[in-house]
Amino acid sequence: MSSLLKNSELTSEKADSIVSETLNNCDDGELYIEDTKSETIVLDDNKIKSSNYTSDLGYGFRAVTGDTVAYSHSNEISEKSLKNSSENLKSTLKNNSGTYNSEIKKTNQKLYKDVDPIESKSMKSKIELLNNMNEYARSKDSSVKQVTASLLAEKKNVEIIRSGGELLSDNRPLVRINMSVMVEKNGRKETGVFGIGGRQDYDEYLKNDNWKKVCDEAFRIASTNIESKPSLAGEMKVVLGPGWPAILIHEAVGHGLEGDFNRKKTSAFHDLVGKKVASDGVTIIDDGTLDNRRGSLNIDDEGTPTERTVLIENGILKNFMQDRLNARLMNTKSTGNGRRESYKHVVMPRMRNTIMLGGSNTQEEMIKSVDKGIFAVSFGGGQVDITSGKFVFNCTEAYEIINGKIGSPIKGATLIGDGPSSLKEILMVGNDMMLDPGIGTCGKAGQGVPVGVGQPSLLINNMTVGGTQL
Amino acid sequence: MAEPNYSKMIKDQQYLKKIADICLSKSKKLGSSDANILVQSSVSENVNVRNKKLDGSERSENLGVVLTTYLGKKKSSIASSNLKESNLDELVNRCIETMKITPEDEYNSLPDKDLHFKGLKDLDLYDETHLSNEDKINYIKEAEEEAFSNDKIINTNGSGFGENKSNFLLANSNGFADGYKTSQFTAYCEVVSKSNGSMERDYEYTSKRFYSDILKPKQLGSIAAEHAVKKLNPKKIKSEKISLIFDKRISKNFLSIFASAISSSAIAKGTTFLKDKLNQQVFNPEINIQDHGNIRKANGSRYFDSEGIAVVNLDLIKNGILQDYLIDTYNGKKINRKSNGRASGTTNLYFQNGSKTFEDLIKSENKILYIKETIGHGTNIINGDYSVGASGMMIENGEFSYPVSEITIAGNLNNIFKNITLADDLEFNYATNSPTMMVEGMVVGGK
Repeated sequence: MSSLLKNSELTSEKADSIVSETLNNCDDGELYIEDTKSETIVLDDNKIKSSNYTSDLGYGFRAVTGDTVAYSHSNEISEKSLKNSSENLKSTLKNNSGTYNSEIKKTNQKLYKDVDPIESKSMKSKIELLNNMNEYARSKDSSVKQVTASLLAEKKNVEIIRSGGELLSDNRPLVRINMSVMVEKNGRKETGVFGIGGRQDYDEYLKNDNWKKVCDEAFRIASTNIESKPSLAGEMKVVLGPGWPAILIHEAVGHGLEGDFNRKKTSAFHDLVGKKVASDGVTIIDDGTLDNRRGSLNIDDEGTPTERTVLIENGILKNFMQDRLNARLMNTKSTGNGRRESYKHVVMPRMRNTIMLGGSNTQEEMIKSVDKGIFAVSFGGGQVDITSGKFVFNCTEAYEIINGKIGSPIKGATLIGDGPSSLKEILMVGNDMMLDPGIGTCGKAGQGVPVGVGQPSLLINNMTVGGTQL
Repeated sequence: MAEPNYSKMIKDQQYLKKIADICLSKSKKLGSSDANILVQSSVSENVNVRNKKLDGSERSENLGVVLTTYLGKKKSSIASSNLKESNLDELVNRCIETMKITPEDEYNSLPDKDLHFKGLKDLDLYDETHLSNEDKINYIKEAEEEAFSNDKIINTNGSGFGENKSNFLLANSNGFADGYKTSQFTAYCEVVSKSNGSMERDYEYTSKRFYSDILKPKQLGSIAAEHAVKKLNPKKIKSEKISLIFDKRISKNFLSIFASAISSSAIAKGTTFLKDKLNQQVFNPEINIQDHGNIRKANGSRYFDSEGIAVVNLDLIKNGILQDYLIDTYNGKKINRKSNGRASGTTNLYFQNGSKTFEDLIKSENKILYIKETIGHGTNIINGDYSVGASGMMIENGEFSYPVSEITIAGNLNNIFKNITLADDLEFNYATNSPTMMVEGMVVGGK
């Protein structure tokens, strides 16, 4: 019995029968129902600037036959509305006919508790926390001129009703604590941003005055950048720090290994399964099963249990990340990577927690081996062109390396590279694998989903660094 | 609240008004001193094709409210797509309870009544035209067929056609209540070219309020194909200081950056490189930037902003000098300025045409790099640092010679803005529009 339909005009039985009748002659499809509550509280310029609470309830009804997807979504949950959607799906697929694949793996996976992080902490104490973060950050130094702090919490309950009445569900909490500090010194302004989060109550992230560390880190980055000098432009060696810089792996390799681009043969990796695509010692996985991580899910948005998918093993390309549609068309199984931003969006293969496993080198060795290069500790946004494989990143904390030693911080450097070739340019893989602090959101085709990344320190032979100094 | 044939169309003003009234009266009853509500309804239908074959169709119906309540200087907001009365009750209640314990902010208030929009709504922002899915599919198939007639086009990333209709009502407890319908027709074609082991993608995109104004399918397909083929077999160039010409689809991004740097929120907080630059030379004297909300049928036109304040035309840059900011009520109070109706950002923002032709620009130096695409988010509004990945074409002696990729371009916006030369080829294709732009002496990072 569906619990999300409990207070609606649509009964579970009626929903089942419309779903089954609609999907009867299709290869696949489901009714996805979502009830999301979210709360955002922002402190900005010394004031609680906004407190927003959103309650969103709706369904997305999908029918798939062959490689054609028909999708209809609405936030009016009624028999009439669902029937309209059904008509709409049927008219798109009227010339196609398929056989429904009712096979779907079951799981008792419980990677996070069924908690509601919004209600777990009173509004009063959330406001107090933001005020404390503001005061603490401003008290660190007189150069701190602006502070923005925010708390985001979400509870997303999803249900998937498949043809034949099978019901799969998942209740997903998500929390994020963010801090941005602007410092001003000698007429220069720089910011530092830091955040933490995952699929637990706020209090789990606030133990031992953890919020102070968030403020400390944002302040440290801003203060480092205020001393930074313009970056050199040109090709050089790059040492990446552990943890969050793995968004480079996410962009440079991860997207190109998503099933849709490979089925459509628009990814630079589409014909390379079984081939050597990376240096020895490079193993990359996409893992949806890590406890409480931002990119983890008990089941994906098609109902498939998530798993630990090996993408590249010791340099050899092993698997793509698949949703049900692309898996079927490529004669393989879904890897539990079928995700969507909300009921308003179609499912696509998306990453979960994408991680490069650790190796044997130390970060010190890597830096020592570089005559002229940069040490990139943290990145802002990144982007990739899947077809050409070109990707970019903007460093938010980076240093020059001269003769094996870390030199001055450098500002505003952009790294650009080619995904497939930079994998082969990895010279050393560190022994310090670390996961990111829980802040990533990946965008694809206009849809944002929470993801995680992780990696050890890496030495990359040759990347183009963008800067203003020749 | 049933209405005839509701599933086929967006909700009418009467329906939206009813929801707004329910929420406004509930908030008042529960103790708010002021309230503002937005009720929106939209229906959009999209079809996607790939390799000239139907890939998918999508129909979305959206209905939602956003309510902000005030108690003196205290404020809180809720949003929901679940408009059942029991749910609205609960949410309004929650909003009021949160509002009561939220600290006061002296700048919180409803907008100035005198600035409310009261004029005529005669800008033609809604086209009743409805295309059946069949028609949409035919349009976009024709575009792909045209693209594939170019023999270097070997694949597609998918092409799509979308039709969106929406209606909204904005109301507040000071008596403002107004709204209107808008429409948008959008088509894109993204294709993949291949030659000598090089694979590149590129696209063309068209989006207009009126169906009759969008590109014809053949144009869409052939432009997309041409873009993708031109990118084939790119070279990487050496790091150097060189003049750049930005294609129109990129040059408009500098206007968006400029707009965020003069938003009253950034100005009030001091988090912009254009703080304290009012009445100063920000661009060279040839540059003029306008933000006009009253252009008929244009994508960025609107009558009033998200606070109900009438949108007035702004000459933001005159002869290179910064004349104004983009101001909403809250941040306006912080900087002692009245709102100019920009709580929802810019309207139709554009550079006025320059005096050079496109030909003049590409022939102005022996060697110029033409930028057709940038990737990455390397703009720092706080200090003006700009650094992005890019690709494009090398221009030698006035001729396009070869494609260039995997490079970065960097500079500081304070300098970039002062070194802009514009062509005279402005078109109103988007909400933000720019002619082709040349910037002298930027640093390219390459080999």
